[in-house]
Amino acid sequence: MDPLVAAASVIAAALAIGLASIGPGLGQGNAAGRAVEGIARQPEAEGKIRGTLLLTLAFMESLTIYGLVIALVLLFANPFAS
Amino acid sequence: MEMLSVLNAFNYKFLAALEVGQHFYWQLGSLKIHGQVFLTSWFVIALLVIVSIAATRNIQRIPSGIQNFMEYALEFIRDLAKNQIGEKEYRPWVPFIGTLFLFIFVSNWSGALIPWKLIRLPEGELAAPTNDINTTVALALLTSLAYFYAGFSKKGLRYFTKYIEPTPILLPIAILEDFTKPLSLSFRLFGNILADELVVGVLVLLVPLFVPLPVMALGLFTSAIQALVFATLAAAYIHEALEGHGGEEEGH
Repeated sequence: MDPLVAAASVIAAALAIGLASIGPGLGQGNAAGRAVEGIARQPEAEGKIRGTLLLTLAFMESLTIYGLVIALVLLFANPFAS
Repeated sequence: MEMLSVLNAFNYKFLAALEVGQHFYWQLGSLKIHGQVFLTSWFVIALLVIVSIAATRNIQRIPSGIQNFMEYALEFIRDLAKNQIGEKEYRPWVPFIGTLFLFIFVSNWSGALIPWKLIRLPEGELAAPTNDINTTVALALLTSLAYFYAGFSKKGLRYFTKYIEPTPILLPIAILEDFTKPLSLSFRLFGNILADELVVGVLVLLVPLFVPLPVMALGLFTSAIQALVFATLAAAYIHEALEGHGGEEEGH
């Protein structure tokens, strides 16, 4: 592989996963905080809130996972490696 | 370092060998297929079939043992479908949703729980079938087909009015949505499972004993959640197709 392409790919992979984790991080923190508020206000609804929270957290996490897939493609299946 | 050399007494390196993007190819006519995925998915399918047969072979009025367990699983899947699709129309979709859920769930857990790496292949390695993008894309495309079929069989050609229903301006987005749904479904599952296996692999490479255990437990948890998410989303898409617009939008 061209060393320039290799270096660019590694940096791009790091940036992909790093940047992709910012938004979901904020979102997950927000969601978890709100869930805690909801449980504090209405402790009997804890089971339902927990289930919904886990599902939504998985949705948010998948955004980071998209970045991770891009990073993995760049590292292990680089289309520009030729 | 002398103390740590005890850990290296047995050769664990092959257990941690990460082989991303290498496959055990089978040539089938002009098709080149990934053999390791086939082997593990056959294993998963065989496991599911055997357990189902064992549970239904001798049905009792008062369930016990494996029949009890499978009834619990069936109830769980039925509730999932009922919650998403609704009381009236969920019944015909229980087998589809249940198959998706059980196959993905057992696949994910088999990748984490069964020591596949003890079996050496000439090339590539055995892992969860959902570790390969082809499996997840196939499942996602099946979901697409299912919701098109659901909408089409219920409403006929009127189903396609959903593209221009509130306003024709949104037509490009409505068409794009049909492509992003399978894309996000397949990438989510594939990325999660591959990430789990990679993290566990890297940790096993660094510290072979005990340290990877919490991460493995986390992997089990996320893979179960991913199976649930896939099944839930498939059911939500089917519901959306059955209802037309006005149904709540599910995030991607």
